[in-house]
Amino acid sequence: MKNKLIITIALATFASLAYAAPQSFDFKDPKGVNNAVFKLDAPLESINGSASGISGTVSFDPENPAATTGKIVVSVESLTVPNPMQNGHMHSDKWLDAAKYPEITFEAKSLANVKTDGNVTTADVSGTFSLHGVAKDLTVPVKFTYLKGKLGDRVPNLKGDLLVIRANFIINREDFNINKGQYEDKVSPTIDLSLAIAGASIAQ
Amino acid sequence: MKRTLQLLAVLVVLVAGTTWLATGANRGWTKTSVAVKTLDPVTGIDGITYQKKFQPGVDFLAAAALGTGLLAGVSLFFRNQKQTTNDK
Repeated sequence: MKNKLIITIALATFASLAYAAPQSFDFKDPKGVNNAVFKLDAPLESINGSASGISGTVSFDPENPAATTGKIVVSVESLTVPNPMQNGHMHSDKWLDAAKYPEITFEAKSLANVKTDGNVTTADVSGTFSLHGVAKDLTVPVKFTYLKGKLGDRVPNLKGDLLVIRANFIINREDFNINKGQYEDKVSPTIDLSLAIAGASIAQ
Repeated sequence: MKRTLQLLAVLVVLVAGTTWLATGANRGWTKTSVAVKTLDPVTGIDGITYQKKFQPGVDFLAAAALGTGLLAGVSLFFRNQKQTTNDK
C-alpha cells in the first residue's frame, strides 16, 4: 500500500512537471495570416505597409509566462507597400538594403510587469531588436493569448495549442542608420510597428 | 497639325481626370495593389493580402497635366492653317 502511494505521488509529480514544461511555438504560419504592419508619416499621405514573411520560435510556459523567451524573424523582402516605386526604394540599398540585411529580428530575453488574466498575459518584453545591421536593446509591451487545444480548429488533422502575440511599438529609423538625418521632410524618422502573429505548438 | 495636338492635349487631360475620378479620386500616390484584410476567426488576427488594382493618384494627374502641357506647348510651334479665299 505504501509503495503504491509513493508511485502514485511520483507519477503525479512527474505529470505536473511535464505539464509545466515550456512549450515551443513555431511562428511559421501555414495560413499566411501572420503579419507585421508598419506606418510612417509623410507629407502627402502616410506610408502604410505590411510584412508577411514571419518565422521564429517562442518558448512559452502557460504556468510561468514570465520565463518566456524566443526570437521572431521578419523577412525584409516580404515588406510591401502598395506603391511600386516606394516598394523598390524601400528594398534598395538607399533604405533597408534587403540584399545585405535580409532579416529584421527581435530576440526576447526577459519579461517584466507580467500580468495574467485567464489565458491572456501582458508583459513588458526586453530584448534585442536588429534592423539594417544594427542591434539595439528595446522594451516592448506585448500581449500573449494562449489558446489551448485550438490548433486543430485552424489546421485540420493537427492537435496542439496556439499562442497569439500582439505588440505595438515605435522605433526611430535613425537609430538603425537608415538615412540618418536625411529626407525627414519626406519620410518621418519614427516608424509605428504593429505585430499580430500566431504560433503553433503541435502535441507530441 | 496644330489643331490635332491641341485636341490630343484636351483628350489626355480628360481621360486622366475621368480615370482618376472613376477609380476613387485617390489624393495620395498611385497604387498598383490594395491591401485586403481577412479575419482569422480562431486567432482574431487580420491577415493582410494584396490584390492587384490600379488606383491612380496625384502623381498620375501631374504626369497627365505635364503631358497635356507638352502637347499644347508643341502645338504652338505649328502655324495656323491659312484660310484660302477665292475672291474673283
